[in-house]
Amino acid sequence: MFFDPANFRHPAFRQGMVDTLKVAPGIWAWGLMTGVAMVQAGLGPAMSTLMTLLVYGGSAQLAAIPLLGAGAPAWVILATAFCVNLRFAVFSLHLRQYMMAWPRWQRLSIGYFIADLNYVQFVERYPQPASHPDDQRSEMAYLCGNCFLNWAGWQIASLVGIVLAAQIPLQWGLGFAGVLALVGILCSLSQSRMRVISLAVSGTAAVAAFALPLRLNILVAIAAAVAVCLLIERTSLADKKANS
Amino acid sequence: MEWSDAFIAVGLGVITLVTRCFFFISQRELPFPAWAQRGLQYAPIAALAAVVVPEIVVSHGALVTTWMDARWFGAAAGAGFYFYKRGQGQAVLGTIIVGMAVYLPLHIGLGW
Repeated sequence: MFFDPANFRHPAFRQGMVDTLKVAPGIWAWGLMTGVAMVQAGLGPAMSTLMTLLVYGGSAQLAAIPLLGAGAPAWVILATAFCVNLRFAVFSLHLRQYMMAWPRWQRLSIGYFIADLNYVQFVERYPQPASHPDDQRSEMAYLCGNCFLNWAGWQIASLVGIVLAAQIPLQWGLGFAGVLALVGILCSLSQSRMRVISLAVSGTAAVAAFALPLRLNILVAIAAAVAVCLLIERTSLADKKANS
Repeated sequence: MEWSDAFIAVGLGVITLVTRCFFFISQRELPFPAWAQRGLQYAPIAALAAVVVPEIVVSHGALVTTWMDARWFGAAAGAGFYFYKRGQGQAVLGTIIVGMAVYLPLHIGLGW
């Protein structure tokens, strides 16, 4: 957790914060507009502040706003947020090999803060999980610094957005900066041809299945992309065997 | 603010915690078949694309049918910049700035 001196006094903590700064303007703009969007949708400043502080997930909050406005049942809102957040569960499977070196309270207390950007920057900086305790501490300190600045920046921007909601028209579309930050992260993940195929299949399926309720299109898209990639892998392996 | 709203906010917070920690909550070994292990390397980009792509090409619940949509141009310009600057530290920041520089004039100026 970032309040642990063993983390925030570690040099890697600072490095983590520096890396967050590389994408910070997009995160701030996105947080600001999420705050504005909640108030303008009629959630009220108290509920908007509570959402910001508790939920800390832009895409899930934005998905929940119209449902809250329409008075949808609680389970629909929660199930929708779960599907929108499915990507985090996928990330957590990858992060598991880094996390299991730590006790559960430590895993959960930092895990809550790991947003898209933090996951991508962390696995980019540490492609292989460390085995020595000193290196594991560096990993944890980096992750804490990276998550801390992202969280603090998002929270401040969202609260500013809630306060200034009347002055900033949603129509300006400043929230698109958040989408662009994710586009940049997608680009940085597109490091192999198979991953580009995964992106294309998933994106297409997510649009094609958009009419599904509860944002289940996201689940369908992930399953389709992984299945197609495994199939291509298998046929190309079989081709290689046939040729050799 | 109604109590039911507060309940939903707490529930959404719990969902954030549970999804972000999903596979490292439990200490137990995860028995993963080999195909699932291989499939895992394609899942993160798919999971992110499934959220991002509709944000760019879907409007009012359907695929946009006009090319006059500022999001297209903004995202394409941002991604174009990324691959032009590939491998350099500020590429993602550049994606955001270049993308917004293309998006905002089209969106606010022309109403796309």
